[in-house]
Amino acid sequence: MQFSNTLKRLTAGIMLSGSLIYSGAAMAADTIKVGVLHSLSGTMAISESTLKDTVLMMIEEQNKKGGVMGKQLEPVVVDPASNWPLFAEKTRELISQQGVDVIFGCWTSVSRKSVLPVVEELNGLLFYPVQYEGEESSKNVFYTGAAPNQQAIPAVNYLINELGVERFVLAGTDYVYPRTTNKILEAYLKSKGVADKDIMINYTPFGHSDWQSIVSDIKAFGNQGKKTAVVSTINGDANVPFYKELGNQGVSAQDIPVVAFSVGEEELSGIDTGPLVGHLAAWNYFQSVYNDANDAFIAQWHDFTQDDKRVTNDPMEATYIGFNMWVKAVEKAQSTDTDKVAEAMIGMETPNLTGGTAVMNENHHLSKPVLIGEIQDDGQFAVVWETDGLVKGDAWSDYLPGSKDLISDWSAPTKCGNYNTKTQQCLGSKAMQ
Amino acid sequence: MGHAIGRFLTTLLLAALCNTVLADLATDTGPAPGPGLHDILNQLASRSFDDKEAAIRQLAEQDHPRVVPLLNALMNRDLVQHRDSGAILLGRKNSDGWLLLDPVSEAEQQQVGSRDARPVVINNRLRTVINNQLALRDLASPDSEQRYQAAGQLIGNADPEMLSALTARRAKETVARVQDRIDVALNIATLDNDDLAARLNAIDALADSLHPAAKNALRDRVAASDNPAEVRAAEKALARIEARIERYQTADTLFFGLSLGSVLLLAAIGLAITFGVMGVINMAHGELIMIGAYTTYVIQQLLPNSHEWSLLIAIPAAFMVSALVGILIERFVIRFLYGRPLETLLATFGVSLILQQAVRVIFSPLNRTVVTPEWMSGALEINPVFSLTYNRLYIIFFALAVFLALLTLLKKTRLGLQVRAVSQNRTTARAMGIRSERVNAITFGLGSGIAGIAGVALAQLTNVGPNLGQSYIIDSFMVVVFGGVGNLWGTLTAAFSLGIANKLLEPMAGAVLAKIIVLIFIILFIQRKPRGLFPQRGRAAEE
Repeated sequence: MQFSNTLKRLTAGIMLSGSLIYSGAAMAADTIKVGVLHSLSGTMAISESTLKDTVLMMIEEQNKKGGVMGKQLEPVVVDPASNWPLFAEKTRELISQQGVDVIFGCWTSVSRKSVLPVVEELNGLLFYPVQYEGEESSKNVFYTGAAPNQQAIPAVNYLINELGVERFVLAGTDYVYPRTTNKILEAYLKSKGVADKDIMINYTPFGHSDWQSIVSDIKAFGNQGKKTAVVSTINGDANVPFYKELGNQGVSAQDIPVVAFSVGEEELSGIDTGPLVGHLAAWNYFQSVYNDANDAFIAQWHDFTQDDKRVTNDPMEATYIGFNMWVKAVEKAQSTDTDKVAEAMIGMETPNLTGGTAVMNENHHLSKPVLIGEIQDDGQFAVVWETDGLVKGDAWSDYLPGSKDLISDWSAPTKCGNYNTKTQQCLGSKAMQ
Repeated sequence: MGHAIGRFLTTLLLAALCNTVLADLATDTGPAPGPGLHDILNQLASRSFDDKEAAIRQLAEQDHPRVVPLLNALMNRDLVQHRDSGAILLGRKNSDGWLLLDPVSEAEQQQVGSRDARPVVINNRLRTVINNQLALRDLASPDSEQRYQAAGQLIGNADPEMLSALTARRAKETVARVQDRIDVALNIATLDNDDLAARLNAIDALADSLHPAAKNALRDRVAASDNPAEVRAAEKALARIEARIERYQTADTLFFGLSLGSVLLLAAIGLAITFGVMGVINMAHGELIMIGAYTTYVIQQLLPNSHEWSLLIAIPAAFMVSALVGILIERFVIRFLYGRPLETLLATFGVSLILQQAVRVIFSPLNRTVVTPEWMSGALEINPVFSLTYNRLYIIFFALAVFLALLTLLKKTRLGLQVRAVSQNRTTARAMGIRSERVNAITFGLGSGIAGIAGVALAQLTNVGPNLGQSYIIDSFMVVVFGGVGNLWGTLTAAFSLGIANKLLEPMAGAVLAKIIVLIFIILFIQRKPRGLFPQRGRAAEE
């Protein structure tokens, strides 16, 4: 079973690359080239290769409908191999040599930061589909994942309001996304009147596996009478031994719930979730959401991958929304020119997969619903709370002193990614450092 | 297909059986408020968790044999809402979707598709409510373990209904540990009593309890009380509790250190043979550990019904597979490179990359799940603040057992004698008639096989993926070099001292910094004593 699957994927890959070369030669004149910039090897391949497949699936479907502006879409897949500087090189290759009109790609914040100067220099167009730490807005990038105010802040509000949590453990992997998110959360919690001694911050290296002391510390921290929760920005496979250790030391979700921002269906598919029932995650989409659009998407995904055990997740939905918006924007602008498409994108609306409508705002961030789900024993999430309406993504956090006066507005007349509302000045590229 | 039909028929027959039994019960015991139960259950269809909580409480009040099974069904997500009718029914997941049953009679109703019914969503608050209700009933259970767990669940719960149930149970209870738990629960409740003498008694009693709820209740009492004598008593009790907790925390840290040390020992002990005794720098050592872990996974896939015991089969299997791979590496690569450490290093590094890629192709780059058997999950609870997790406990013993077995093999057997002879002086050993080539292959196989055994243990602690080996190779070399190349006792001492040092530093410095401090210490130490803790005499030392 395992072998035949691997073989199938291998042949599919070979056939795909073969057909790419073929199609590149035959129909170069009247196609629109779409760049796909996701790692297909290295540590991030686990998460990113799924998004590559999602984009290919969307392109296949769009081509069946007749393409865009009467032209077929042609995917150009490159492999930046989880190597951050290579992301920049591949971007340059895609835009300068291949002449792609749009790129769907990146996962980690560090890869996006590496791509950013290149797309700005060459005036390319990047759709970034993953939740991230904010504090950024570029004319050439559309952020279809969640900003901190669409994931972290609502999750903490849920803990405070619904579960009565008064003490917080902010546990994360030691790199830019957890550190920035925790900085925002710490500032937010303090603004809510949480004392210093009620916040514990802990960082661990990538792939950490010995969680004994940390879980024991969390337990001791949580046994001080006040209701305690863990806000986890632990990334990647370090989550598995972390949750295992929680289970072994008898920390149940009813005592100390863990709310995670980087654990989705894909990450849980490798874990026995029996002991994790009740721990939480905050996202803008869950596979378990019941509605016809989502059912159709899941069926299409199972069909495309020929594997009905494959799960869907939030970054896939963000890719889905971004792709559909780009198609609509191109048709509206009747051009694939970056500036025209970017202008048409603002205010664009497409259906999302949770039964509502996604709106692209003038700051290049989406308006999305925020859902909080509890892990179930089948590796899925059950939604226990959701926002009443859509939450507008905020590029610059209101809780950090350096960014609380900044807004991003790419519509005329402001046309600025970091406009200071106090001094009424556009900081330009300086503030991006 | 036939299987599915068979299962379907069995379900059908079982349902029919339950049905008749229940019908009998209903006629025998008289009260059977069936319809009432349905109405209460249908309130669970509400989206509001407050409504659901009310429904659960109402359900729990009913005197009906189906209450406990229904609460359990809600807990296990077996209660589903039918999409079309909106009714709450019992759902059994099968290959075609859901088989819906009547929640009270368990009579079969209909088969629907997998998205035509959805489980009733509960959250942590409702889970606590259900658990409390179940615990209340378990207090009367004939099984003392169940009563013990139930009393634990109810500690810190101030609900008068629960308290009266606990008081009633206390009078009948005969098992000491259950009595103790109920006493703690009742004493915590007494702290809110109006009677000062009763409160002082409770404070005295709670001074002996390490339960976190007791400590917190005492702390609240200190803050709330206006009686100086009571405050003094409570503070004294708190001081006593804190002192005991501190002592147990030290013990906890030591245990964590021992556990980390045992992992380091397991990872390094195979290397102590190949690197320490033979002098081969084997960069593929980590991948031999990984192969052991994957062997565990394959064995579990082959024996899907005996996860409890498959580990015991995995140990020899992993030894054989890794030893075989090790012997192949020795025969085809290392043999030609003896005495050329740099080339060996590069060649084995290449082998390690090949092995990693092979695993990616065969098993996919995703991590594989190795199931933890029941007897290795959970913790041995010595008291509420000190417990030893079973997986770590077993692995400490396992590491020591492997160490002793290896020591005996090297010291007491003919093979061990030959290995030591070859490692001390190859030429003389050959002159004495030892086939050094064969001994080399066997020794390397032995070291590799032990790496495979380490993989079985590590599969229980960490992710089984292509990168598993990489994360242990540095640690392994560190331990062997620190302990003194060629000395097994040195490896043991080094593993445990590094483990404990790391865990002592971790609470102060954090996980990242603790590791850096340990590494810096080792670099400085090796500068002063290049041969490690216990320098070895013999060939390795002379070269």
